[in-house]
Amino acid sequence: MPARIPARLRPYSAAARVLLLMTAVLGLAYPLAVTGAAQVLFPARADGSLIERDGAAAGSSLIGQDFDGEEWFHPRPSAAGDDGYDGAASSASNLGPNSEELLAQVRERRSAVAAQNGVAESAVPPDAVTASGSGLDPHISPAYAAVQTARVADARGLPPGRVRDLVAAHTDGRALGFIGEPAVNVVTLNRDLAGLG
Amino acid sequence: MSDIVAGLLQASLLFSILAAVYVPFGDFMARVYTGTRHLRVERALYRVCGIDPDADQHWSGYLRAVLAFSLLSVLALYLLQRTQQWLPLAIGMAPVDPDQAWNTAVSFAANTNWQSYSGEAAMSHLTQMAGLAVQNFLSAAVGMAVAVALVRGLIRRRTELLGNFWVDLVRGVFRILLPIAAVGALLLVAGGVVQNLAGPAEYATVGGGTQVLPGGPVASQEVIKELGTNGGGFFNANSAHPFEGPTAVVSLFQILLILVIPVCLTRTYGTMLARSGAGTRRHGLAVLAAMGTIFTLSLVGTTAAEMAGGGSATQAAGAAMEGKEVRFGEMLSALFATATTGTSTGAVNSFHDSFTPFGGGLVLLNMLLGEVTPGGVGSGLYGMLVLAMLAVFLGGLMIGRTPEYLGKRIGPREIKLIALFVLTTPALVLIGTGIAMALPGTPGAMTNADVRPHGFSEVLYAFASGANNNGSAFAGLGADTAFFNTGIGLAMLFGRYLPMVFVLALAGSLAQQQPAPATGGTFPTHKPLFVAMVVATTLIITGLTFFPALALGPLAEGLS
Repeated sequence: MPARIPARLRPYSAAARVLLLMTAVLGLAYPLAVTGAAQVLFPARADGSLIERDGAAAGSSLIGQDFDGEEWFHPRPSAAGDDGYDGAASSASNLGPNSEELLAQVRERRSAVAAQNGVAESAVPPDAVTASGSGLDPHISPAYAAVQTARVADARGLPPGRVRDLVAAHTDGRALGFIGEPAVNVVTLNRDLAGLG
Repeated sequence: MSDIVAGLLQASLLFSILAAVYVPFGDFMARVYTGTRHLRVERALYRVCGIDPDADQHWSGYLRAVLAFSLLSVLALYLLQRTQQWLPLAIGMAPVDPDQAWNTAVSFAANTNWQSYSGEAAMSHLTQMAGLAVQNFLSAAVGMAVAVALVRGLIRRRTELLGNFWVDLVRGVFRILLPIAAVGALLLVAGGVVQNLAGPAEYATVGGGTQVLPGGPVASQEVIKELGTNGGGFFNANSAHPFEGPTAVVSLFQILLILVIPVCLTRTYGTMLARSGAGTRRHGLAVLAAMGTIFTLSLVGTTAAEMAGGGSATQAAGAAMEGKEVRFGEMLSALFATATTGTSTGAVNSFHDSFTPFGGGLVLLNMLLGEVTPGGVGSGLYGMLVLAMLAVFLGGLMIGRTPEYLGKRIGPREIKLIALFVLTTPALVLIGTGIAMALPGTPGAMTNADVRPHGFSEVLYAFASGANNNGSAFAGLGADTAFFNTGIGLAMLFGRYLPMVFVLALAGSLAQQQPAPATGGTFPTHKPLFVAMVVATTLIITGLTFFPALALGPLAEGLS
């Protein structure tokens, strides 16, 4: 069969056929097989680690949500979408380390967080005044959670110790003691906080 | 445990795993590329495609096959993006605009994965799976094939035959990339990466609002994005997106995937030399040592810069956490950034535009070095071997001896090809940046135009990333314009294929030679002195080429 194709074009004929076969295997069979296996082995994770509140799906434990109001732990600032935490528009701010705009934002956020929680500006940790890479960071640092604990307990009429215990239960340490950073999951923390009444 | 100790242990774990798989995986890849037996499924594929797998190709035939395959890949990817709205799994996506579709098609075929689009807003599931992810496999296998062809050029004598491109391509895909990807994808899902065919769905949030969450076959694409040093994220936020990089353990695993093939290919190289008698395994180790030296320096520098937190906004925040995720923190972000720019990956778990001036400058420098620390799959090995031959040539000039590498003479033809290889990407980066800066519309595309050196860095980073086939960005640059889509598209195209032309021509030229026997006066190319020379050559050549540009960008910003 190859003999009928002019020599100059022979690589293209082989290339077209290889590309077609590879697309069938790598572009359809492989991802569909992985999808099938993932749906059997780890269905909850494959579908986005969804969480429930009062029996209804309420987003994902992995994707940060916006929380406004005294009675919630607040997440980090977010650059995803116009209002932040837009799950269909993940994004960082991409503002540079010397950006005037970022400097102004940081200062404004610092005084706002300090005022909301009744703490000194110097007590506000870095993650509370910076936007994450994804704009969907579900976590805050244990320091930022500590800053907010008294305010949340007060707003909900709960003993601060009880809120602190709940924060501790939603804090992931470093894996194996040294991989990554300690982090508090704001989404699941707030979900369980709401369950306390 | 202190932060520093945790960071050191984190990096040590990564290096320990790489060390553990180095010999078995490197030797396995050597067997893949030197074995004479074909698997039954491979035989069937060759028959259907009209390929004679046992016919070795002349270097020019090998090159023609590479270029034909890549050209058709670009065309197919372009057409898929332009027609995705009519095809299955469209999930409501419109066709991609022509200039962006061209840019993306070149980008993925050229192993760059520069993305001027936002995945969750532009690409259908079918385009991601059957277009982008397929090229993630194929462009990686093409890079490995070209590297193996260069190694054969060094080994073989009195021939111009370099092997069969189709066989190298098919084996790279079916014996190396696909098996690891299949297992790795399931490990990623176990870690929380999503894998489904659902479209975006709306949920009521805990706090009483609503939120739209995307779905998709993410894990199957995520794994090859890293393993093939491609880097194109399923989502806009790439591996910082919690559906791509849900935990620190997953992120560390992704760094391992990025580094494992480029690092272990140096063992493959050494083993192929040793088996054929053309050299020893220590020649492979010497190449790895040169790569590892620069990688380690860069990692230490970037981590230190991020922890020191330079920049007025960074200092006001108290730490360099803008653009970084809490679960990763500064150290895992710096490690990922060094790995992704030292290879041709360009995936990110944090956003480089918001890095401190020196931290961002160092990841930019990794790309400007030509991505040889340890470099992309295949492209890192052939890039570093070219630099090794250049080091031999410079060393030969100093002592007035004929330069030889593994007994092969670096004569006039060889050094011309080496020089062309070394000059291609700097020319593309500097000319591209120069033209962009001369255009009146460019400052309008910068997010950080108010800080002039940083705005310049955004443009320099874009062309460095494109021409070196990295694909990461100082993402504040609004690169979805006709100029940037076309210009960076050309930089990616020439930055990928011109060096391949020179490498394969060099391989053909080396394969023709009968190696000179080693004598007492032969300069040993497997000892620490040689490693030092290769490191110095890499740093000096890049430094001389890019110092003025770096001085206008990150250096000016960091020192002001």
